[in-house]
Amino acid sequence: MPSVTDWLRGRKRQLERREPGLWVKCPECSEMLYRKDLELNLLVCAHCSHHFRMPAIDRIASLIDGEFHEIAADLEPRDPLNWTDVKTYPQKLAADREKSGVIEAVVAGFGSMGGIDVGLAVMDFFFRGGTMGAVVGEKIALLFEESARRAVPAIVCTASGGARMEEGLIALLQMAKTSAALTRLQAARLPYICVLTDPTTGGVSASFAFDADIIIAEPKAVVGFAGRRVIEQTIRQRLPDGFQTAEFLIEHGHADLIVDRHQLKAQLIQVLEILLPGARRREALA
Amino acid sequence: MNVIVEREKGLLELEQRIGDLKSLSEQHPEASFVNEIHALEEKYASLQREIFGNLTAWQKVHMARHPMRPRATAFIAALDEFVELHGDRAFRDDAAVIGGIGRLGGRRVMVLAQQKGRDTKENVWRNFGMVHPEGYRKALRLMRMAEKFALPIVTYIDTSGADPGIGAEERGQSEAIARCILQLTNVRVPVVASVIGEGGSGGALAFGVGDRIIMLEHAIFSIASPEGCAAILWKDASKAEEAAARLKLTAGDLKALGIIDEIVAEPLGGAHRDVEYTVASLLREQGRALDVLSALPIERVVEERYAKYRHIGSWQRENERMVRGAT
Repeated sequence: MPSVTDWLRGRKRQLERREPGLWVKCPECSEMLYRKDLELNLLVCAHCSHHFRMPAIDRIASLIDGEFHEIAADLEPRDPLNWTDVKTYPQKLAADREKSGVIEAVVAGFGSMGGIDVGLAVMDFFFRGGTMGAVVGEKIALLFEESARRAVPAIVCTASGGARMEEGLIALLQMAKTSAALTRLQAARLPYICVLTDPTTGGVSASFAFDADIIIAEPKAVVGFAGRRVIEQTIRQRLPDGFQTAEFLIEHGHADLIVDRHQLKAQLIQVLEILLPGARRREALA
Repeated sequence: MNVIVEREKGLLELEQRIGDLKSLSEQHPEASFVNEIHALEEKYASLQREIFGNLTAWQKVHMARHPMRPRATAFIAALDEFVELHGDRAFRDDAAVIGGIGRLGGRRVMVLAQQKGRDTKENVWRNFGMVHPEGYRKALRLMRMAEKFALPIVTYIDTSGADPGIGAEERGQSEAIARCILQLTNVRVPVVASVIGEGGSGGALAFGVGDRIIMLEHAIFSIASPEGCAAILWKDASKAEEAAARLKLTAGDLKALGIIDEIVAEPLGGAHRDVEYTVASLLREQGRALDVLSALPIERVVEERYAKYRHIGSWQRENERMVRGAT
């Protein structure tokens, strides 16, 4: 397995190549932000605290102490339905790979967080809208199984438009596959924490995301089962602002807490320390 | 507009004419209409074969949504016994889900069914078979009860999808579906799921994880409605027919993909042409599956279920792709 620090650096270079712009406009407060500053600030607007969508590798770098050992890094989707709409499925995958710097919509692996060994999977919305096909399902399932085997807690950061349509019912059934694997972690009485990030909907929210012991949401993240447009078309009226946001989830009792990105790592460590007093610790590297 | 209902119109006219001629010949035994009747019946049979002999995916979508298609209640009515159990114990009773205990061919079972309405009034009451969180939570309560009393679970799936409304989101539609799926993946009783009409997305899957998945011949099971898929991927709702074909949502396609286990044949023209026959065929298949599963130790059933779902979906490794030179 290649050193994951190298891997992270490699992927980072790919990302820099694809987004050359120096300045980014905050969609919330319209402030112009210097890209380097924004990245140093974990992609959070310094003026209004808007949380930008975060590529998986940046998220991992923000949570893991030092090295991250990716599992199943080389899994790539097949094209089980020989799918074509306006483009073929392989064409879309190739374009997304170029755009996102990842080869699938989730990166999973093991590392330590404040010295606690954890399994961590992070979904990447920039690859096929974070949709779940057979590979995403497989990596999430492997994360749960392997976490159970190593007797470490699992953390999943979700960002997904749901099950991936280009893989048809096979994609839908990944909801069952990931759930089945989760039962292994549950049987071992190991914590599973889900971090809901913007956006998390459909087949991902209706499977492993909401099965977590502790559900954390990022501020203002949109999370729900049905997409906003589908609901508006069904009920024939405009939905109020703030519908299906993290704050809405808290109000209706569907999430445990909202945590700002800067506090996320510390919050996860605190929760894990309380839930797992005997957690295996290694010397913190960061 | 339902394309099957449209195609049936010609048949129904012929049926009417044959019936008229038959009653006419009974009233006037001296006049013989035998040849005319015979000719019409032949025409009817050939038209029926022409229309229903080889349905496209799109036509099957419409067959699955046919207004006269037998609902879950038709199958439940054929059980030896059934006691309906209501409510989620938290919010309300969702009429889009029928749950209860009973006997199927003498076997004790827990029944969980999605129920569409037959007419406007029933559809309003049943919410067109679109389940709310409280419906899934009723099902979850009954799944746990089934485990406690060692009742095999039999499900009937017929929904266009989970309810996509404000109340459903407020009450946690995602969590409700997720919990049902999780429960079914490791519930310690046999689970036999049957898709009898529309199997629409995650809302259907919440009842569709099991040891045996059976589909009626013209039922469909899909990640999304063809209309929704066309709107999202083609950005053109008129591509729904093409989407239906590409989604591989028919019983035959899903059996070939190894996702479902059995297909139960429907009479020519669809389940609604002979409800009694369809109901008896499905119940027989469900009974067979229950007998096979009940003869096994439950540990093995649960283990095999795990292995089955664990292996759905294949992938390739990056280096293999490079070796083969494909992209």
